[in-house]
Amino acid sequence: MADASSSSHGDLKLTRVTKSFGDFTAVDDLTLTIPEGSFFALLGPSGCGKTTTLRMIAGLEEPTAGSIHIGTTDITTKKPYQRPVNTVFQNYALFPHLSIFENVAFGLRRRGVKDVKEQVDKVLKLVELPHLSERKPTQLSGGQQQRIALARAIVNRPALLLLDEPLGALDLKLRRQMQIELKWIQTEVGLTFVHVTHDQEEAMTMADTIAVMNEGRIEQMGSPAELYESPRTAFVANFLGQSNLIRGEVSSSDADQSIVEVHGQKIAIVKARNRAAGKSILVGIRPEKIRISLPNDPCTGNVLTGGIVSDVSFVGVSTQYVVEMPWKQDLMVFEQNDGGTPTLRPGDPVSLSWNAPFTFGLDGSEDVNAGSEVDDPA
Amino acid sequence: MAFLQSAVTRAGTFTGRKGRLPYLLLLPGMLWLFTFFILPIINLAGTSTQTPVLGGDTGQYVQTFRLANYIDAFNAARPQFARSFIYAFLATLLALAISYPLAYAIAFRSGRFKNILLVLVVAPFFTSFLLRTVAWKQILGEEGFVVPTLRALHIIGPQATLTASALAVVTGMTYNFLPFMTLPLYASLERIDPRTLEASNDLYANGITTFRKVTFPLSMPGVVAGTLLTFIPAAGDYVNAAILGNPNTTMIGNVIDSRFFRIVDYPTAAALSFMLMAAILILVTIYIRRSGTDELV
Repeated sequence: MADASSSSHGDLKLTRVTKSFGDFTAVDDLTLTIPEGSFFALLGPSGCGKTTTLRMIAGLEEPTAGSIHIGTTDITTKKPYQRPVNTVFQNYALFPHLSIFENVAFGLRRRGVKDVKEQVDKVLKLVELPHLSERKPTQLSGGQQQRIALARAIVNRPALLLLDEPLGALDLKLRRQMQIELKWIQTEVGLTFVHVTHDQEEAMTMADTIAVMNEGRIEQMGSPAELYESPRTAFVANFLGQSNLIRGEVSSSDADQSIVEVHGQKIAIVKARNRAAGKSILVGIRPEKIRISLPNDPCTGNVLTGGIVSDVSFVGVSTQYVVEMPWKQDLMVFEQNDGGTPTLRPGDPVSLSWNAPFTFGLDGSEDVNAGSEVDDPA
Repeated sequence: MAFLQSAVTRAGTFTGRKGRLPYLLLLPGMLWLFTFFILPIINLAGTSTQTPVLGGDTGQYVQTFRLANYIDAFNAARPQFARSFIYAFLATLLALAISYPLAYAIAFRSGRFKNILLVLVVAPFFTSFLLRTVAWKQILGEEGFVVPTLRALHIIGPQATLTASALAVVTGMTYNFLPFMTLPLYASLERIDPRTLEASNDLYANGITTFRKVTFPLSMPGVVAGTLLTFIPAAGDYVNAAILGNPNTTMIGNVIDSRFFRIVDYPTAAALSFMLMAAILILVTIYIRRSGTDELV
């Protein structure tokens, strides 16, 4: 029987893990280290291999190749019930025939723990549902079931807690609330959380570290701010928030910055933020970094002129503009509704400007639309 | 005032019509049940308390409301009653033991063969119940392959036979009612979310514990439905005992059959029928109460 409380603690290490289903490679030569105690998110569109990765860590799938370690213990071929790993399943998978108390006690009873009642009561208090212990799962709301699924897993104090799209079935408001609660609980219990999600906002809200997955590989890994401000690939730039990516050619470089020519206009980019291997480059800028102004207003930093407003949508805290550039590309601009922007209507001519250091550069061989056409399965 | 009244009436008619519709839909079924179930039952109840006409012909009875008929009938058929319930119980148990692994395999392990296997389970219904029971007699008979094989393996003696025995009756019933056990079991196993089994595995339960603590409890509705669908017809069955049994294996169904059609003793047959119904009803009620599956069904 696995002893979840003492042995095999430490970082989770996946080494060259591959999982194939027939001809389809779900996870492709993945190497990854998740530090103990961190809140780690695997983010990607459906079918990117993130759930398969999670299931391999849980022991519900066996890798075709590679190994998985927790600390120094090799768990690659261990059965799910032998691993110090617990999972919060998508749609919770609570036992419908057992009371809430027995659901939470399930893992403790299997391991022959002594003070079951005490521990279950404690964890039910943690998720703020001690009064529901005698109910059956079907008598609970979605949000309550979600918390019980979490309680049922963390009561075992696993070395690793896996969360498979745990908030996917909840409505938006509840999801926001649970995001904050999950983060709080993780800090409270100090376990390593590995969270799988397709929701970039959810990943950014909760995780210390995010690995963006695409087609069985990790595109980029880092803190939410790092990924957002300095995406390394077009997929990351488009999947994590929105990006404007404009094709250009590097025309000149000095010690710390390059000048890029985009459709006859010049843009400066900090060299350290340029990932392009050659001269061909995709210039990237986030919509909220751009200032929109009338053609004759003074502008500083990087400036693109000749835009025509083609769409305006008011979303409360901000206004979102779609601006058509002379080279027929639509750019997104988000402006705070703080009174600093002139009132614009579709058809108005505008200039766009931003602080040069916000510019990032991607390799020119990349697909401008990678990651942006992914359907949200929720 | 008149306006108000007509509005009320209209509203009344509206809800009235809506309220009546379900009853109208119920009507054909209720009429059918009344004509072919309630009336015959009342008739049967009457018959069960009749006594022979003094000096009359065989089969001539008069209504005397003699309740002692029940006591007489029960005393006359006590061993058959006991046998019926024992055989039905054994057949149900055997059918459960055979069907559970079968239904489990079809529900979780059959992949693309699922539909073919389900058709095979129902396939025996394509031939008549009677014919199948006769075929079973052949299988267990001297000409079949079972008896010579068992004799060659010295499992039974060289003179031993299998037909005309309690064993043959019970195996016959088990075979005949097997689909009634398999299908509800399959239905309830198939409904189990495989993720609950994964969750159990994830929570330190190995395969056997997962079966004991999750799979089996979740399949209880199927177990209850299957055992009822097997036990009830098996307890009242007389075909298997008639074809596969001997005079010492007769069941209550055989007694009712011979009282009605051979001895023409209608009151006793009717009284036995009533007692069989009552006994099954009581047993089933206790069983459902005790299995406590109401919220899972």
